[in-house]
Amino acid sequence: MSGARISTIMIKELRQVSRDPATLGMLLVVPLFLLLMFGFAINLDTKHIQLAALDHDKTQFSREFLQSFLHSEYFDLKTVIDREGQIDRLLDTGQVLVALVIPTDFGRNVANGKKVEIEAVVDGSNGTTAATAIGYVQAVAADYSQRAFVRSLERAGAGNMKTTIDFQPRVLFNPELRSANFLIPGLIVLILMMTAVLSTTLSIVREKERGTMEQILVSPVRPLELILGKTVPYLVISLVAAATILATSRLLFGVTVRGSWLDLGIVTLIFLFGCLGFGVLLSTLSDSQQVAFLLSSLLTLLPTFILSGFVFPFRNMPLFIQAVSYLLPGRYYLAALRAIMVKGVGFWAFGNQVAALLIFAAATGGLSVLRLRSQGR
Amino acid sequence: MRTIGFIIRKEFQQLRRDRRLLPLIFLSPVIQIALLGYAANMDVKDIPLAICDQDHSVESRQLATSFLKSGSYVASAYVPDGRRAERTIEEGKASLALVIPPGFGRQLKGTKTAPLQLLADGSDTQSAAIGLTYATLIVSQEQTARAVQRLAGLDPRVLMQIKAVLVDPAVRVLYNPTLASRNFMVPGVLAMILMIITTILTSLAIVKEKELGTLEQLIVTPITPRQLIIGKLAPFVIISLVIITVVLLASLLLFGIAVRGSLLVLYALSLLFMLSSLGIGLFVSTVARTQQQAMMIAMFFFMMPMIILSGFVFPIESMPPVIQAVTYIFPLRYYFVIIRGLFLKGVSFGELWKQTAALAVIGVVVITASVLRFRKRLE
Repeated sequence: MSGARISTIMIKELRQVSRDPATLGMLLVVPLFLLLMFGFAINLDTKHIQLAALDHDKTQFSREFLQSFLHSEYFDLKTVIDREGQIDRLLDTGQVLVALVIPTDFGRNVANGKKVEIEAVVDGSNGTTAATAIGYVQAVAADYSQRAFVRSLERAGAGNMKTTIDFQPRVLFNPELRSANFLIPGLIVLILMMTAVLSTTLSIVREKERGTMEQILVSPVRPLELILGKTVPYLVISLVAAATILATSRLLFGVTVRGSWLDLGIVTLIFLFGCLGFGVLLSTLSDSQQVAFLLSSLLTLLPTFILSGFVFPFRNMPLFIQAVSYLLPGRYYLAALRAIMVKGVGFWAFGNQVAALLIFAAATGGLSVLRLRSQGR
Repeated sequence: MRTIGFIIRKEFQQLRRDRRLLPLIFLSPVIQIALLGYAANMDVKDIPLAICDQDHSVESRQLATSFLKSGSYVASAYVPDGRRAERTIEEGKASLALVIPPGFGRQLKGTKTAPLQLLADGSDTQSAAIGLTYATLIVSQEQTARAVQRLAGLDPRVLMQIKAVLVDPAVRVLYNPTLASRNFMVPGVLAMILMIITTILTSLAIVKEKELGTLEQLIVTPITPRQLIIGKLAPFVIISLVIITVVLLASLLLFGIAVRGSLLVLYALSLLFMLSSLGIGLFVSTVARTQQQAMMIAMFFFMMPMIILSGFVFPIESMPPVIQAVTYIFPLRYYFVIIRGLFLKGVSFGELWKQTAALAVIGVVVITASVLRFRKRLE
């Protein structure tokens, strides 16, 4: 290991990057641009579910029942219809998610304390949204039943017979359940991963394609020195980009860092090292920029999006796929980010993640050295 | 025509020469659909629930059981006190914790109010929101059931006046009755894989020649820009056809998601979609100066935005109007509607003509733009 040789490569790399301001600008500005665009766009809050109501009963009871849907912030009454036939079209065109049908005997049955069946027609094409909507419909109906029951107990002078469970749900960490707090850390992982992996992969493959890599390999530079010299400049650039988007998510999206900024910095550094090392490894596997591009996007873009816990919970994945997800650094970084940013917990809660990231960085670095050494011969 | 044939032959030769490229192009979609199709599942069921029963009464045990029997939760931990319950959530071992304080059963039987606490991990908003909704439902059913039980000992004359109301929603689900998010997601994953492969394939097509200096040689030949662009596109259209077939087969065999609509329409519109995303790649290739730039433009200005903003998981309707407007230029947006319509709803071509028209317009515009862009360079 020679510091002089590493810094020579670093200087050469920085010079090359600075000669290509478009690329440098892209590496620094693109993460910010993506965060801004996605941060404002995405949201999984299931509120304001569009509702169509068909009230065959038209009594005070049925109106009160419909009102209790509108009082909850979950439903918006989009349209009142008067024929069953309209329901399918409203759902087909996606104008409403749920259509409620209240039968003619609704009021009479409620007044007599009988069981009433109402119909809820739900568009199931997005299973998650539909499940949420069904849950809300059931909760509103149960709440209405409960209130009507208590009223009738009181009217009969048996008010002391009612049971009340004083139910106090308490949401830790993100009390308003803003989906931004859940999603922004995921975006940060995806954006940093893509920029870091792509930038190193391409910088090395470009040298290979132009034949300058052979010159470096026959020089006294050793593989590890080459890797460090190549990655450190991109590490600096990526760290700047990371700091920018972390600050932006704080300022614009109100995603506060509840834990320690130092923890955040250290975890980010280790993660970026791993990503850059992964980039080097990929570049040693490809001979042309085309293959490198294909390989790095196929191995990082969708897998990080889908397998890192960004929106799809691990518990739904088959065991085999869960095992695959353990190979992805994004999984650990995202868990650590959420722990630090949203939960604000200490190192004890994400120590395992840090260990896994260290192993990933060491493994990709080690494998790259081996690959380069065998290519040097 | 013969000139175009020559270019196509040259392109195929170049593709074959890179021994890693072709296997990657054909194998990776299958691997990706297999891995990601199984993983892309947003069903909120089996939410990990920590149970903290400090009461140890019949009532408290029954309440815990009705939580677990509802099917929405699985017991992930039993903890002795509230502090420990909070800790389980901090460590991410549970999304929710049900804390039943001492005296719950006694208070429930008496006339006092029985306090009950539920802790939720708000950092996972999806599980928390659905978990809380179902918890509210279970608790309110529990209250009614308890009260009804107690009425048994009441004076029959009073009992006559009490009306135990029960409004029971009978839910009828259209299109995807099992609510499996897989049926919604697998077609989406399929569309994204097609988009990524095709965009990557063409994004380097021209800039590579530019960077290697072979473009000048092509320019001095009598090949016209249109011939060159068509010659560059054609091999990838053929490759795309193979990829579509492979991916459609894989998703049918692996996930058993049958196409409800017409297979012919699916094929034709998939080809149209791929043409538009090949066109986007090609356009990027004529704009970029180096391969590196081309990749970054393709990745950050087309592929990533399309994945996030085309309605794969994040509903377009809940995006701000400005970004909604941007999404109209993404072919993937229309293809999602097409492919989900054909897979889930079994719609006919008549209902998809708007999307078809949009894809055709995008395809024609980007390919024409590439030809024009290329002509300008020549002068």
